[in-house]
Amino acid sequence: MSMVEKKLSTKTQVILTLLFILGMALLLWWADKGFDSYKQRVLRLIGIYAIMAVSLNLINGITGIFSLGHAGFILIGAYTAAILTLTPSEKAMSYLFGIQPWIKNLHADFFTATLAGGFMAALAAFLIGWPVLRLTGDYLAIASLGFAEIVRIWANNALTITNGPLGLKAIPEYSNIWWVYGWLLFTVVFIASLVYSSYGRALKAIRESRIAAESMGINVFKHQLMSFVVGAFFAGISGSLYAHWLTTVDPRITTMGPMLTFYVLIMIVLGGLGSITGSLIGAAIFAILFEWLRDLEQPFNFFGITVPGIPGIRILVISALFIAVMIFWQRGIMGREELTWNNLYKWLFARRKEGEKS
Amino acid sequence: MSEGRVNQLEKEAVKSKAEVNEPVLVLDHVTMQFGGLIAVNDFDNKVIKGELLGLIGPNGAGKTTVFNVVTGIYYPTKGRIIFDDIDITPFKPYQITHLGIARTFQNIRLFYDLTVLENVLVAQHHELSNPDADRILMRNGKSPKNTQKMWFWRAVTKLGYTSKEKEMLERAKNLIEKVGLSHVMYEKASALPYGEQRKLEIARALATEPKLLLLDEPAAGMNPKETEDLMSFIRRVRDEFNVTVFLIEHDMKVVMGVCERIIVMDYGKIIAEGTPEEIQNNPRVIEAYLGKEWENV
Repeated sequence: MSMVEKKLSTKTQVILTLLFILGMALLLWWADKGFDSYKQRVLRLIGIYAIMAVSLNLINGITGIFSLGHAGFILIGAYTAAILTLTPSEKAMSYLFGIQPWIKNLHADFFTATLAGGFMAALAAFLIGWPVLRLTGDYLAIASLGFAEIVRIWANNALTITNGPLGLKAIPEYSNIWWVYGWLLFTVVFIASLVYSSYGRALKAIRESRIAAESMGINVFKHQLMSFVVGAFFAGISGSLYAHWLTTVDPRITTMGPMLTFYVLIMIVLGGLGSITGSLIGAAIFAILFEWLRDLEQPFNFFGITVPGIPGIRILVISALFIAVMIFWQRGIMGREELTWNNLYKWLFARRKEGEKS
Repeated sequence: MSEGRVNQLEKEAVKSKAEVNEPVLVLDHVTMQFGGLIAVNDFDNKVIKGELLGLIGPNGAGKTTVFNVVTGIYYPTKGRIIFDDIDITPFKPYQITHLGIARTFQNIRLFYDLTVLENVLVAQHHELSNPDADRILMRNGKSPKNTQKMWFWRAVTKLGYTSKEKEMLERAKNLIEKVGLSHVMYEKASALPYGEQRKLEIARALATEPKLLLLDEPAAGMNPKETEDLMSFIRRVRDEFNVTVFLIEHDMKVVMGVCERIIVMDYGKIIAEGTPEEIQNNPRVIEAYLGKEWENV
């Protein structure tokens, strides 16, 4: 049985997409006004996580590079942007060990700082990509994980640049809903148009078979590097947004260390490796679940029994959940499919047709 | 006129054409050594434009290594490879594909999670993304395959890209139609039956618009019916797509039925060369395949 390629015309799809974006904007506007500040923070976190997930999905899910260095790029973006948005006098206050003179007077607005964070992360990816992308599989994973750790430990020790283990405090909370979701829209549009072009097909071909891709005239190394750099750029962007959401940056393992990489990995595997819409769904589910599980860390009443809260138990719960997904639901929510208007239409239509038959 | 007679005449015509035509690929005393093992030993032969050349030999004779050296996967220990008047010895596989050599694999290597259409489209991507290979073409006085630049940004912004995408799609659909896979165009490659997967692999190689097509055991694992189809398919491909075909095959029926000239290898060396009839009666070939007779030892 051959499948039909298209059901909806391009025009219909464009109109539906614009309507969807408008609807989301209205929803966000309403949330911006009506939500309490805690819910708003979670909503913004969802957007930031979504950028991280979509960018890691380009590297891991589409191109098949098993990179565990995402937190490194996020950290670079976060520090770059935070150093730029802090004013010289604020910096003078927080740097207790002295400050590099060339950093002291650097200052930029939030947009420029975020962009700079993205470009710094992309530059790091370009430099690290040359040696690391010669490896494959487990070796690449370990090398990229090592890179992220090197960046973190460097940040811990470069006192006059990053303020060392004290980190940067009192970063202005610039990441409002509009910045976060504006950048998310840009990220999704950029990566989706890349993935659904000839370049995206080449990246998927590399994932399927490196040797065959090379034999079909694809410069595998160049394309992998491109995917790595683009993914890192958006990781840097998300890092800046994250820093201005958290209002601090520090080089601890739990904030921007390997833990963050694994959180993002959970999101994309949960959503479906290789699916952009899956990454968005995965990020939303993860952020909400992770916040909701905070209740377990407080003492709570369970059918009359008072359970003492265990700090950090939510990480255990989410890890167990992740293992369950890996065992029972390997393809995640979306698999490699996308939630497009066409697919939505097809699923609804096909289901109705089946219903008619029976 | 009987069909056999027509085939005979055609073969003679091709043969005489081959004599006047220049070679498309020259292997100039190529040796490939892996440590102490000489996989290919002083391979010195050429592929004539438009011919259907077979390469046979017992297991481990070095046939696939010849293909891997030609396509740039291995760098030969000694010798040069000249394709279309360009010395391609130092080039990388993707550059060599861009210059016009496409191949299939002994064990099928399709992009299984992509559809048939996408598999074919991927093979056209090199036109956009290989400026270095285009420079090689220009250095050798040939026209490049792509004269416009910044295809990455065009693809992302969709400015000056949609027409190219449409043209590529058109071409891919045409090709799929020609090879007779249009009924599975939107199926994933992994969902195809074995024979069609082989066919798709050849179609994908053709989508790179090669001058020379290398087929590594195209009939491996096929049943007699599929083999029969494949033989006519290979002949049709040569004529319709105007390519030179160089194939490795174990199935003697295919080699003898399809090839106009055959090279026989054993232990890395060429031991015989000639038309199918000549090869069938060559004592050295029989010896390589069946061993020496008891009295002769």
